[in-house]
Amino acid sequence: MPISTLKIKFANIAVRTAATPDSPVTPLVIETQHATKGYDLDVTVPVERVVDAARIMDETAFMLEAISGVDWIAEQQVEVVYDYTTVISGARVVVRTRVPRMTPELPTISDIYPGANWHEREAHDFFGIVFTGHPELIPLLLPEDADFHPLRKDFGA
Amino acid sequence: MIISHELVIGVVRLTLYVVGLIAFAAFNAAYLSLLERKAPAWFQLRYGPKEVGPFGLLQPVADGIKLLTKQLLVQEGADVLLFKLAPVMVIVPAIMCLAVIPFSETIGGRNINLGLLATFSFSAIHVLGTMLGGWASYNKYASIAAARVVAQNIAYEIPLLLVVVALVMVTHTFNLHEIVAQQAGAFWHWNILRLQASPLMPLAFLIFFTCMLAESNRAPFDMIEAESELVAGAFTEYSGMGFGIFFIAEYANIVVGCSLATVLFLGGWHCPFGLLPGLHWFLIKMYALCFAVIWVRWSFPRTQFYGLLNLSWKFLIPLAFIHLALTAVMLKLV
Amino acid sequence: MSIEAQTLHRETFILNLGPQHPATHGVLRIKLTLDGEYIENAEPVIGYGHRMHEKMGENRTYAKFLPNTARMDYVAAMFNTHGYVCAIERLAGITVPERADFIRVITAELNRVASHLLWVGAFLIDLGGFTPLLYTFDDREQILDLLEAVTGARLTFCYYRFGGVCNDIDDDFIAGTRKFVARLRSRMAMYHALITKNVIFRRRCENIGPISAEICRKYGATGPVIRGSGVAYDVRKAEPYSIYPRLDFNVPVYDQGDCMARYLVRMDEIVESLRIVEQALERLPSGPIMAEKVPRILKPPKGDCYFNVESARGSFGVRVISDGTDKAYRLKLRSPCFSNLSIFQECSRGMLLADALALLGTLDLVIPDIDR
Repeated sequence: MPISTLKIKFANIAVRTAATPDSPVTPLVIETQHATKGYDLDVTVPVERVVDAARIMDETAFMLEAISGVDWIAEQQVEVVYDYTTVISGARVVVRTRVPRMTPELPTISDIYPGANWHEREAHDFFGIVFTGHPELIPLLLPEDADFHPLRKDFGA
Repeated sequence: MIISHELVIGVVRLTLYVVGLIAFAAFNAAYLSLLERKAPAWFQLRYGPKEVGPFGLLQPVADGIKLLTKQLLVQEGADVLLFKLAPVMVIVPAIMCLAVIPFSETIGGRNINLGLLATFSFSAIHVLGTMLGGWASYNKYASIAAARVVAQNIAYEIPLLLVVVALVMVTHTFNLHEIVAQQAGAFWHWNILRLQASPLMPLAFLIFFTCMLAESNRAPFDMIEAESELVAGAFTEYSGMGFGIFFIAEYANIVVGCSLATVLFLGGWHCPFGLLPGLHWFLIKMYALCFAVIWVRWSFPRTQFYGLLNLSWKFLIPLAFIHLALTAVMLKLV
Repeated sequence: MSIEAQTLHRETFILNLGPQHPATHGVLRIKLTLDGEYIENAEPVIGYGHRMHEKMGENRTYAKFLPNTARMDYVAAMFNTHGYVCAIERLAGITVPERADFIRVITAELNRVASHLLWVGAFLIDLGGFTPLLYTFDDREQILDLLEAVTGARLTFCYYRFGGVCNDIDDDFIAGTRKFVARLRSRMAMYHALITKNVIFRRRCENIGPISAEICRKYGATGPVIRGSGVAYDVRKAEPYSIYPRLDFNVPVYDQGDCMARYLVRMDEIVESLRIVEQALERLPSGPIMAEKVPRILKPPKGDCYFNVESARGSFGVRVISDGTDKAYRLKLRSPCFSNLSIFQECSRGMLLADALALLGTLDLVIPDIDR
C-alpha cells in the first residue's frame, strides 16, 4: 500500500499555511476515507511544486486521470485539482494547488504525463489558466478563436 | 455503291447487336444492383427494397431517374476533358468485351479468332479510365484511390493472364467459340475438371475468380472505394450520371468477368448433364457466379492494401506459375 | 551534383479526415499528415459537439441535471447516470436500498452488453464487413426492448434517482432478461465463428495498432484499452462500489496490446456481464427501491467528493464540489473516451492509414462523451 510512503514523500513539498513567509511550514497532506470522499490522500502543494508532485506520482507508477479547475471567486483564487490513481490497488491521490484568479499561471506537467496535454488545454479553455511550458495551449473544446472562459463564475451568458 | 441484300442484313445485324449489347449491359447493371441490395438483405435478416414496384423490382428505374436528374458538377481546378472522358473510358471497354463472348452456339457478337486476347486487351483499359478519373478530380482522396487502383490492377492482371496462358496451352486456340465447343458434353468435360491437362485446374478456376474480383474492384478487394476510409474513392467528385456510368461499368465488368469464367472453365452454353445445351445454361451459370460475387462481398471484411498486394505477388503469382509449369509438363507427357 | 549529394525528396500532404466521415464515430476531425500511405502525424481536433455540460451542472439543481448525464455517452448512458448519482449520494450520505442497487447493476450490465454489441458491429463496418452489424443489432434490439419497458427510454436512460431507481422491475422483465441471457450465450459461438475466426479479420487486427501499458498509464487510458495491454485494471474490482463485491465475475485481460486483444476483451466482457446479470437476478431481494427521506431539493453538505464507475469505455469519474446550496459549485465529469483518444496521436505515428483507422475503431469512441 503506497499511501504511507507517499505521505512521507509529499510531506517534503509543503505549503505555507499563513500569509507571511516567516511563519512555520505545516504540511497539508491529509489521509481521507475512500468510502466517504472517493480518494485516499489529499495533498495541497504550492504552485512551484506541482511538477515535483507529478514526478513523485510518476515514480510511484500512478496514472493521471483528470485535471480540473475550480473558480473560488470569493477568495479570488483558482484551484487546480490533479487526480491520480494507481492501477494496482485503486488508490487515489488528489493534488491541489491554488493560483491567483487574475493571473492564473502554473507550470505544465505534460513532459511527465503526456496525457496532461489535453487536460491542460481544457482547463485553459474553461478557466483561462495558463500552463507555462505547454507545447500548444490552443483551444481544445471551444472554437479556435474563442477568447472567453465559460466556467469562470463571472462569465455572463 | 450497290445496296445489296447482304449489306442491308449486315448493317441491321450490326445495329441490333450494338444496341442489344448496350441494353444487356445496362439491364444487367440495373438488376444486379437490385440483387446487390436484396441478397444482403436476406443474409442480414431484413427486407431489401420493397416499396417501389412488386418486390422492389422497379427500384433500379427509380435509381436511374434519380441519377439522371442530378446536376453534373465539375470541381474547380479539375481537368475537365479527362474528368468527362474517364467514365467513358471505363464503360466502353466493358461493353466491347461482351461483343466477342459467345452466349450460345448461334448468339455471339463477333467470332474472332483472337477473341480471348481481345477481351483481355479491352479489359485492361478500364484501369486507365479509373485512374484518370481519380487524378482529374483534383481531390486528395481520389488521388490516393487512383494510385491504389493502378497498383491493385497491375498486381492482379498477372496471375489472371498466367492462368489464361496455361489454359490456352491446353486448348490450342484463342477462339472463345471453339474453347466452349471443346467442352461439349456433361460437366466432367468442362475445363474446370480437365485434370488430364493439369491436376490444378480447379485451383486455376479459383485463381481466375479471385483475380476477376480484384480486377472489378469488388470486395474484399474494394480498397479504391473503401467507404469507411476514402468516402467514395476515385469517384468522390462524380455526381449524377457520371457516377451512374461508373456504377454501370462496375456491374458490366462483373458480367464480363463471370461470362469469361463461364466460357473458359464452366462449359459456356453446355448443360451439366449433356441434355439441352443453349443460351439458358450460359445465363444460369453466369448469374450463379454473379451471385457468388455479391455473396463474397457481403460476407468478408476488407483486406488491408498491402495484404491485398501481398496476396497477389507472394501467393497467387507463384501458384499460377506452378500451374503453368505443371500444364507444360502434362502436355509433354500426355 | 553527385549522387551522394542528392537526397530523396519526400513530400507529405495534409489530408482531412473531416468532421463528416463514415469511420469517425461522431463529429471528430483528424488532421493527417501523410507520406504516401504512412501517417506522419495525426492530430485529432475535437469540440464539434461541445455543449458545456459542466456549466449546466452549475446552473441546474442536482436532480435537473440527471437527463444531461445520459446525453454524454449515449451508447452506454446508464454508467454516466450511475457515476453522477453515486457521487451525489456519497456526498450527501444517502444509502441506497439493496433492491435498488441490484436493479442498478442489472440494468447497467445490460447496457454494457448493448454497448459492446454496437461496438462490434461498428468496428466490423469500419473494416468493411457490413453483415455482422445487423446480427449484433438483432440482439441489441432485445436489450433495448427490455430496458424500454422498465425505464421508458431506448437510448438516453434517465432511470436512477438519488436514493434508488424510479421504477421497479416486474416479472416480465426478469423472465425476458433470463431468456435473453440464454439466447445471447448460445449466439456467442456463432459470433466467434463469423468474426473472430475469419482470416481477413485476423489479418486486419492481429499485431496491428500496438498500445503498451506504459502509454496507457501516461495518458490515463482505461477500460478495454488498458485491459487489452495486459493491465488488469477494472474499477469494479479496484474501487468496488454498489453490489459488485458480492458478485463473482472475472475481468478479461489480454497481453498483446493489439487490436485483436481489445476486441477479445470486449467479447469476453459481454459473457462476463451476462454472468453478472444472471447472478444478480438470482439474488434479487425484495424491498423498497428508493431510500426514505431523500429531500426533493437535495442540498448536500459543503465539501467535495469523487466517484468513478467502470463504464463500457473506461473509468468514468465525477467530482462534485458542493457549497451547501441546491446547485453544484463545480461538477467535473471525467470522460473515459477523452483520455482514450489522446493516445491516438502518439500511437498512430508511422502506421498505414487503414491500420490507424482500425486502431481508432478499437478505442471505442463516442465523440459526445469526449466533447461533453
